[in-house]
Amino acid sequence: MITFLELLVNGISVGAVYALIALGFVVIFKATEVVNFAHASLLLAGGYVIARLHEVLGFWLALLAGIATAALVGALVEFLVIRRANVAVRSVLAIVTIGVDIVLTTELTRRIGTEVLALGDPWRDRVLRVGEVSIAETRLVALAVAAALITAFLLAFKYTAWGVRMRAAAEDAETAALMGVRLGRVSLSAWAVAGALAAVAALFLCVFPTPGLDRGTGLAAMKAFPAAILGGLDSTTGALAGGLIVGLTEALMNGYQNQLAFLGRGVGDVAPFVVMLAVLLVRPAGLFGTREPARV
Amino acid sequence: MNVHAPGSPGATGDSGLTVRDLVVGYGPVAALRGISLRVPRGAVVAVLGGNGAGKSTLLRAISGTLRFHRGGIASGDVTFDGERISGVEPSGVVARGVVQVPEGRRIFARMTVEENLRAGALGVRDRGANARARERVLGLFPILAERSRQRAGLMSGGEQQMLAIGRALMAAPRLLLLDEPTLGLAPIMAARIAETIQEINAQGTSVLLVEQNVATALALASHAYVLEVGEVALSGAARDLAGDDEVRRRYLGIDPDADGGTSAPGTPDAPGTPDVPAERRTLTRWSA
Ligand SMILES: Nc1ncnc2c1ncn2[C@@H]1O[C@H](COP(=O)(O)OP(=O)(O)O)[C@@H](O)[C@H]1O
Ligand SMILES: [Mg+2]
Repeated sequence: MITFLELLVNGISVGAVYALIALGFVVIFKATEVVNFAHASLLLAGGYVIARLHEVLGFWLALLAGIATAALVGALVEFLVIRRANVAVRSVLAIVTIGVDIVLTTELTRRIGTEVLALGDPWRDRVLRVGEVSIAETRLVALAVAAALITAFLLAFKYTAWGVRMRAAAEDAETAALMGVRLGRVSLSAWAVAGALAAVAALFLCVFPTPGLDRGTGLAAMKAFPAAILGGLDSTTGALAGGLIVGLTEALMNGYQNQLAFLGRGVGDVAPFVVMLAVLLVRPAGLFGTREPARV
Repeated sequence: MNVHAPGSPGATGDSGLTVRDLVVGYGPVAALRGISLRVPRGAVVAVLGGNGAGKSTLLRAISGTLRFHRGGIASGDVTFDGERISGVEPSGVVARGVVQVPEGRRIFARMTVEENLRAGALGVRDRGANARARERVLGLFPILAERSRQRAGLMSGGEQQMLAIGRALMAAPRLLLLDEPTLGLAPIMAARIAETIQEINAQGTSVLLVEQNVATALALASHAYVLEVGEVALSGAARDLAGDDEVRRRYLGIDPDADGGTSAPGTPDAPGTPDVPAERRTLTRWSA
């Protein structure tokens, strides 16, 4: 029971972090109908800047710099690549983002080399004990921060002019343009916001109990991909649900790995994709989505 | 068979909309082949024509949205109050006071009525202007206030058309472009929309009205242009066109001989002549 509670909290915490990544994914898809395969490299760029700068600037300034960098890289990808790619079919742009991802990830992993970089966070490996349940402080902070950011994001999406602009452009770009919406700016802001969210996620993917940022961090970020797809690529609610489902599945599968030994080791890593496939078989557009990824 | 030379700018100076020798193509396909027309400030001008005549293409060229259809202006230009607006981004056209209501309404179905109105005001930053525009829209369409929290996609066709027009008015346009606003509406709803267009114009907004419903359009407009395969086939004062035997026979479905030469309907809900019921007249569609 104690293990279960711990796994539950950890799962929700990791899930909330996946939801941050998935949310960026969904925002880009809604605003530009591009499936962004370069998302993991935005995340890696944000994390790398935090890791490199925290000793010089201190953690908080380094975090800000990391967020700003990831947002800027996102905006640059939109401005220099996506906007200029003169392709008729949006799905071709998804392939273009694979190219962007390869370039960025190759450069970053070359810089990281075989190192494991600490991010200098103030929570370190402290563990909070409530009765017999022990939870890493990083997990609680991750949960609180992710929940706050997601709430702020959803409120902005619903109530601000920025949100109305985004939703109008997502629903009918031509009509939004007739209302005076500048689609280029909408798309630029979507990429920047997605980058910023990814940098925050990078932080929480690299802190305790993970040893730090290494060349594999981008792969961990790719687990948000099944999260976004199973939730529905064009649904912010879906990103949330998808993130939580993937986080919980992963945590529980890893936690009960001994009981599940017959499935082989590392089931926690595969499980998110299995869940995604299962959901897509029943609901091809994802849990909350309206558009099928197959058509993308 | 020109009743009047098409759009001769000069008399009213540069105020209002002027389209000069506009040629528009979708790739190699020419959709407009040298169109000129004018909407003087304060006027209601109608553009009539059957399916594929180029009416929507004309509005897209004015609002700057041709690129959404892979189209472009090959030559000619569009000016509004003396300022060139062809080649300007859609947001720039809106900022200059020209706003289009697209064909088929295209309301944001997943948003609420209120959010749709908010979306209409996105191109305008002035809060005071927004508040005044909202007051005007809710005055014209009280139903939009009643339904403000409802999902727009759940409203009836007529209500959606009201929302589409109200949404465009939120940008406080000086010229409103309407693409077939009565299309697919019941006659009584079409008549309501027609009345509203008159009211909007009376409040000081110029209107360029694209219609296939010739009787309604000629009743509302002071001036009209008839498009045929991308060219102005006919233009002139709406009254003259409505009284023209050829127009009456071809576009209004009225046989001038049997009709005994009664004058054209003055308003959309004018009582019908004995041999042509009113309903028939507003319902008659392009038949050429
Ligand atoms: N997106 C498009 N691509 C290619 N041709 C088009 C497109 N839209 C319209 N056309 C062509 O342009 C001509 C004018 O169409 P349109 O402006 O929609 O006419 P209307 O609004 O009068 O029915 C038609 O021949 C139509 O087939
Ligand atoms: Mg049309």
